[in-house]
Amino acid sequence: MKRLAHELAERIGDSLVSLGRYTLFTLRLLAETPRALLRFRLVVEQVHNAGALSLVIIMLSGLFVGMVLGLQGFDLLERFGSEDSLGTAAALGLVKELGPVVTALLFAGRAGTALASELGLMRATDQLSAMEMMAVDPVRRVVMPRFLGGVFSMPLLAAVFSMIGIFGAQLVGVQLMGVDPGQFWSQMRGAVEHDDVLEGVIKSCVFGVACSAIAVYEGYHSIPTAEGVGRATTRTVVISSVVVLLLDYMLTAVML
Amino acid sequence: MRATRTTELGTGMFVLLGFAALFFLVTQITNREIGFGEGGYRLTASFEQIGGLKAGAPVSMSGVTIGRVESIGYDFTEYKARVVLRIEGGYDRIPDDSDAAIFTAGLLGGQYIGISPGGSGTFFVDGDQIEFTQSAIVLENLISKFLFSKAAEQGAAGGAGEQGAN
Repeated sequence: MKRLAHELAERIGDSLVSLGRYTLFTLRLLAETPRALLRFRLVVEQVHNAGALSLVIIMLSGLFVGMVLGLQGFDLLERFGSEDSLGTAAALGLVKELGPVVTALLFAGRAGTALASELGLMRATDQLSAMEMMAVDPVRRVVMPRFLGGVFSMPLLAAVFSMIGIFGAQLVGVQLMGVDPGQFWSQMRGAVEHDDVLEGVIKSCVFGVACSAIAVYEGYHSIPTAEGVGRATTRTVVISSVVVLLLDYMLTAVML
Repeated sequence: MRATRTTELGTGMFVLLGFAALFFLVTQITNREIGFGEGGYRLTASFEQIGGLKAGAPVSMSGVTIGRVESIGYDFTEYKARVVLRIEGGYDRIPDDSDAAIFTAGLLGGQYIGISPGGSGTFFVDGDQIEFTQSAIVLENLISKFLFSKAAEQGAAGGAGEQGAN
C-alpha cells in the first residue's frame, strides 16, 4: 500500500516535471523566434516540408469533409425545410471548427511525425551532439526553423482546407441535392462575419504553435534508440491530438 | 538540406494558395456583392418591406426560377426598398401588369420573389418597373397583430360581461 502511494506520488511528480519542461521549451522557442526569423532561408525550407508537402492530403480531406458536411447538413436542414441555409451551416462549420481542428489533426499526423522522427533520428545518430561540439546551438540551427515552418504553415493549410471544404459542400448541396446556388451563396454571405473567419485563423495559429512545439519537443528529447524514436513519433500524434481538442474547446468557449 | 529551386517553387505556390484561400474566406463567403453573368434584362420593384430578402435570391414564376435579385437599395423619394431583378433572357414574355411578391421558402428557408403574370398583352422590357408589389410578411408583426386583436376581443367580451352583471 505504502509502495503504491509512493509510486503514485512519483508518477504525479514526473508528469509535473514533463509539463514544466514542455512549458520552458515552448517559452524558449518563442523567445528565439525573432532571431530565427533572420535566417529566413532555413524557415522557407521547413515551410516547404511542413506546408507544401501536406497540401495534397489537406486538400483531399477538405474536399471530402466538405462533401460529407453537404450531405449531412442537407439531410438535417431538409427536415426543417430550410435547406437553403446549407451554405451558412457548411461555411460556419468549416471556418470556425472543422477547418482548424481537422487540419491540426492531419498536420500532427503528416508533418508532426515527420518532424519528431527526423529530430529523433538526429539525436539517435548523435548529429545534435556533434553540432554542440562545433559550438552550433542545435535549437537555433535545427529546431527553430522547423518550429516556425509549422507555425507559419498551419493557418494557411486551415484556410485551404476551409475553402476546398466549402466548394465540396457546394458540389454536393447544389449540384447533387439541388439547393439553389443563389440561396447557398447569398445566405452564406449574409450570415458569415469577418469575426468568424478571424476566429478560425486565431484557432489555427494557436494549434500551429501547439502542434509544432509538441513535435519538436518530442523529437529533440527522444531517447536515442530506434525504439525511442518510434515512441517519440507516437507520443507526438497522441499528445497533439488531445491538446488540439482541449485547446479547441477552451478557445471556442472564450471566443464565442 | 540546401533549398533548391523546386522546393522554393513548391513553397511559393503553397504560400500563394494559402493566402488566396484566406482572401477567399474573407471576401467571398462574407457579405459582399456578387457579380452575376451579364445576360437577360433588368426590372426594378419597390417594396414596403423586404424582410430577409438578399441579393442573389431567386426570382420565380410558378416555382420556376427565371432570374435573380441583383441588388437591394433604399429609395428616399418613395421611402421604400428598391430591388433590382435580373431576369434571364429566355423569359421575355412577362406581361407588364404582372405583380411581384416576396415569399419564404419553407418555415425557416430563404426568401425569394415570386412573380404572378397579369393579363396585359404588352411585355416588360429592360429597365421597367413592376408597379404591383406585395411586401414580405414579417412573422413578428403577424403574431403581435393576432395577439392584440385577441386581447381586444377578450377585453370587449370581459367588459360586456361586467356590464351584464351590473
